[in-house]
Amino acid sequence: MTVKYTEDHEWISVDGDVGTVGITKYAAEQLGDVVFVETPEGGSAFKKGDDMAVVESVKAASDVYAPVSGEVTEGNAVLAETPERVNEDPEGAGWFCKIKLSDAGELDGLMDAAAYKSFCEGL
Amino acid sequence: MDGAMTDAVSTETLKRTPLYECHVAAGGKMVPFAGYEMPVQFEGVKQEHLWTRAHAGLFDVSHMGPCFLTLTDTSLEGDEAHAAIAALIEELVPSNIAGLKRCQARLTVLLNEEGGILDDLIITRPEPDELQGTLYIVVNGAVKHQDWALFEETFAGRATLTRADDRCLLALQGPEAVDVLKEYFPGCEDLRFMQSKRMYWNDVRCGVARLGYTGEDGYEILIFAEPANALADQLLADPRVKPIGLGARDSLRLEAGLCLYGQDLDPTRDPVEADLAWVIQKVRREKADFRGAARITRALAEGSAEKRVGIRPLERAPAREGTEIHVDGAKVGVITSGGFGPTVDAPVAMGYVHADLAEPGTAVDLMVRGKPRRGEICALPFTPANYKR
Repeated sequence: MTVKYTEDHEWISVDGDVGTVGITKYAAEQLGDVVFVETPEGGSAFKKGDDMAVVESVKAASDVYAPVSGEVTEGNAVLAETPERVNEDPEGAGWFCKIKLSDAGELDGLMDAAAYKSFCEGL
Repeated sequence: MDGAMTDAVSTETLKRTPLYECHVAAGGKMVPFAGYEMPVQFEGVKQEHLWTRAHAGLFDVSHMGPCFLTLTDTSLEGDEAHAAIAALIEELVPSNIAGLKRCQARLTVLLNEEGGILDDLIITRPEPDELQGTLYIVVNGAVKHQDWALFEETFAGRATLTRADDRCLLALQGPEAVDVLKEYFPGCEDLRFMQSKRMYWNDVRCGVARLGYTGEDGYEILIFAEPANALADQLLADPRVKPIGLGARDSLRLEAGLCLYGQDLDPTRDPVEADLAWVIQKVRREKADFRGAARITRALAEGSAEKRVGIRPLERAPAREGTEIHVDGAKVGVITSGGFGPTVDAPVAMGYVHADLAEPGTAVDLMVRGKPRRGEICALPFTPANYKR
């Protein structure tokens, strides 16, 4: 299992050719209390960098971008009723969707955990 | 993920209020707002919001535009002096300022020649004899320079403007505000909602007014910059008080049904469609002597084409500023403020709709990111006002 991170604070955990996508603990803390999440439906296709989901705090709505290209196999239905999962467990139960990668090579352009940690420290 | 994370706006030209260091020390996340670096949140918008409704929240609103307008003619005294300065400001606002009692404050609107709203503001008649030719006025921070330019141009030779935005304006809001503040300003508990008085704290002259922007009981205190930090530090040391940022200030005022100038009010809107006709008292309606009287008098008699209303999104998605309101696929209005209300624990919004759709209970579609979401027109406020009338 490989976990990679984007500069826009998404994470993707890849198992075979399917990746689970969410927002990082850093992002969840910056957002504050999440009150609504709109996850993509199964079957929708995205290119790396496309808007794929929306997360809303009391303050504002933020787009979540596809960390890689591919087709969504499943959105996290739990978040519709319990968006607070994103704050409680952003890099676990608060995942947004699963995506079938169309180009695994795109992962090479993302950061590993150590690189992401130092990226956040520089913000 | 975008937004809310980092702000690329240059902070070089931004001003700081006298409490800047106090905010940073309290963990405030500073953002640009109305030309100032202001705290958007401390421990979190939701917690700060709920704390203010239950206890007491301290807000720095020094970015706003407190000022004094004083009659140039110093030969008048008492009620005559008040009548003269009131007659001047009534050239620009449609409220009965002449009828204010000493210590009384009133919300009003600054109008353009067409009756459109240039700002909403609070005007107070001071208590002391020597200030009867003076009005204490607080205008919005985002438009204070244009408001003040309008005052100076309109009243040239007749009244003098003294800016007080080099001072500190603090708001202490919430049900426990009165018990906290009376330890500093004994007697403030005797003020009623929309009353204001000169009071002293450690020999520092302050203006203490019982009003605010949260729907809760509370106070606003005008204090000189230098002692303001000591007062803020002491207030924050009280376990009933926490610092509150702009994020919760916005969600609190939205639940309370209070307008934000620039979003819910702008120069194209008149007081009638803004559901603020109540700021125009009977004596002014009868005289119809205010700016834009033709448009406003007609709207008062016949109703306006659109009306400001509360809107409840019935699904979980917040509907924010700019969201179109549709009925049967046609646009019938727009949301001007929208977000999540922590006290009602649901999304809340306000906006303008065609007047025939303004009845509470009317079903509407809110076009959130292109998708229709169910919504309903509702009465304002979303949370009951707890003013000490």
